[in-house]
Amino acid sequence: MTDKRARYIVSFLFLGICAAALCVLNICIGSVEISLQDILASLSGRAVSRTQSRILWDIRLPRTLAAFVLGGGLALAGYLLQTFFHNPIAGPFVLGISSGAKMTVALTMVFLMGRAVRVSSAALIGAAFLGAMISMGFVLLMSRKVSNMAMLVVSGVMIGYICSAITELVITFAEDADIVNLHNWSRGSFSGMTWDNVAVMTAVTAAAFTAVFLLAKPLGAYQLGEAYARNLGVNILLLRVLLVVFSSILSGCIVAYAGPISFVGLAAPHLVKSLLGTTKPLLMIPACFLGGSVFCLFCDLLARNLLAPAEIGISTVTAVFGAPVVLWVMLHRNRERIS
Amino acid sequence: MTEYYFHAEKMSVGYQMRPLIEKIEIGLQKGEILTLIGPNGAGKTTVLKSIAGQIGLLGGTVYLDGRSIGGMSGSELSRKMAVLLTEKLRTELMSCEEVVSTGRYPYTGHFGLLSAGDRAAVREAMELVHVTDIADRDFQRISDGQRQRVMLARAICQEPEIIVLDEPTSYLDVRHKLEFLSVLQKLRREKRLTVVMSLHELELAAKVSDKILCVNGRYAGKFGKPEEIFRPGAIGELFGISTGSYDEESGGMELAAPEGQAEVFVIAGGGTGRTVYRSLQRQGIPFAAGILFRNDLDYPVAKALSARCIAAESFEPVPEALLLEAREQINACQKVICCRETFGTYETANAELLAYAERSGKFKRGGIRSCQK
Repeated sequence: MTDKRARYIVSFLFLGICAAALCVLNICIGSVEISLQDILASLSGRAVSRTQSRILWDIRLPRTLAAFVLGGGLALAGYLLQTFFHNPIAGPFVLGISSGAKMTVALTMVFLMGRAVRVSSAALIGAAFLGAMISMGFVLLMSRKVSNMAMLVVSGVMIGYICSAITELVITFAEDADIVNLHNWSRGSFSGMTWDNVAVMTAVTAAAFTAVFLLAKPLGAYQLGEAYARNLGVNILLLRVLLVVFSSILSGCIVAYAGPISFVGLAAPHLVKSLLGTTKPLLMIPACFLGGSVFCLFCDLLARNLLAPAEIGISTVTAVFGAPVVLWVMLHRNRERIS
Repeated sequence: MTEYYFHAEKMSVGYQMRPLIEKIEIGLQKGEILTLIGPNGAGKTTVLKSIAGQIGLLGGTVYLDGRSIGGMSGSELSRKMAVLLTEKLRTELMSCEEVVSTGRYPYTGHFGLLSAGDRAAVREAMELVHVTDIADRDFQRISDGQRQRVMLARAICQEPEIIVLDEPTSYLDVRHKLEFLSVLQKLRREKRLTVVMSLHELELAAKVSDKILCVNGRYAGKFGKPEEIFRPGAIGELFGISTGSYDEESGGMELAAPEGQAEVFVIAGGGTGRTVYRSLQRQGIPFAAGILFRNDLDYPVAKALSARCIAAESFEPVPEALLLEAREQINACQKVICCRETFGTYETANAELLAYAERSGKFKRGGIRSCQK
């Protein structure tokens, strides 16, 4: 018992330190290096050079915060979906939920931009949420027909392809000016975050996180299987609806700002689970969030700097680190079934 | 009408509005054990799930302590009823102790943290079913038998008044079957726990249950005490046994008798014939058995396996007519096997038969050894 507790504490410390360190690195490293002293000086209000200050306040800081918040939200969404479907390879990207959100956001952007209307954050999040729910609806319909874990994922991937195809179509017909914008975004990126964006995404994600955390107890029972959860007095229907809504809000929020980012929602929960050595939602929910943040901060750091000054799509980096995790999970599960 | 603790009134169960079994009536006092028996796919699980509120009733009412289960909230029912289903419990990275402690869910606070009292209840439940030694093992890495006991501990620490178990002994070996049912008996004695379960082991069902409900496809058959249910022929009818037979009194089952006219006559008694009968059955040789008293240990087996069984009334002298019948049967057979080395005072009929067989050359001395194999 004490062993386990020690492991939990060490895990959280590890995740916390990693997150903090990566935040600092993300702010310091870039085409213009900013030293730690400069950061501290700027944060405490003392004067540093104008360029540095602008890079720090207008570019690096919001981007780092966005990676922290959205990465965490993405991992949490993945964890909720894995719990919901009792499927270890579920995630917002794999099940086509990100692509669904991407499609509606692209449609909204092209439609509104074409009429020279300024697209507000709220409209984007709303559109993304709607798209996420549409995809989720399809996946839910499929899940009633197919009980097989792999088939569910395949149908999710197919839905993802359909949505992506529609998105591509929309982009093809969009105005030139929009294309660059949309193209970057549809590949997934944390670039171009404003403080307004950060404020809204933080509010949405924090609200969803709190709500999910309050559901930790029924989630724990739900993990045992629905029959046992029902016997323990859990309102299954309500819980399922809440799970769908919150995972869609989280996925939608991320897509609205950073586009579809692959593998974070899939890989981060597994890595965190192995670290903690438990699946208790009470611990997994905050740990997942931190884990997703660490994963995204790390990947964004690489995405920005590996081929600087050019930037790699964030999904490229997350796939490199995330896909092996999926393979590992599948191998691991097979081995367990044999023994 | 007597007040039942658990009462199902005109209960109809099924899936998707299609009733599978209708008008089930069950009445149990507190602390009674009810066992559902019936063939595979007859709806035992459906009945149990309906009782446990896992699927909605299609008609009728289930009362617990005079109150309708349908009118109780999920959390209220969870403090009264625990379940152990055939669905595997899904766990990942959970120790057995953690699995057991999920039973405390109805009693813990908003975040499900265990109090000292909860921990004590978990420990007590684990001691009761002897799983304390595997408390820290991963639930997925223990044997099926251990898993079933951990699941029972989990149900026990939920502190229910009634427990619903679906085929709880399926994965257990003989020792653990007995242990498992003993724990149920202990709980029922000490905590007046009411038990509703389904069993495939009819002989155990007959021994452990206070009440039996026969479930067979479209209708819920008889409900009553084991001695009322296990009447000769009842099990064969319930399960539609056409190959082999089940003896309701001894709980033994036998494979189908070899077909054809008897080729061998077996003289036995006092339980000496059973192995020979079964050996002949395995070789597919039809045989006749005689002369057996109806209360003889050999009698149920002979009745099930022989082409012809010549049986006499217990505690009565063997009538002359029966002896003649047996002689005729020997005449019709090619060989006689005798499983008795000596004959007692009340076995003169068999002694005469043996002498008759020897005279007609159908019995050779020394054959006794071979038949005892």
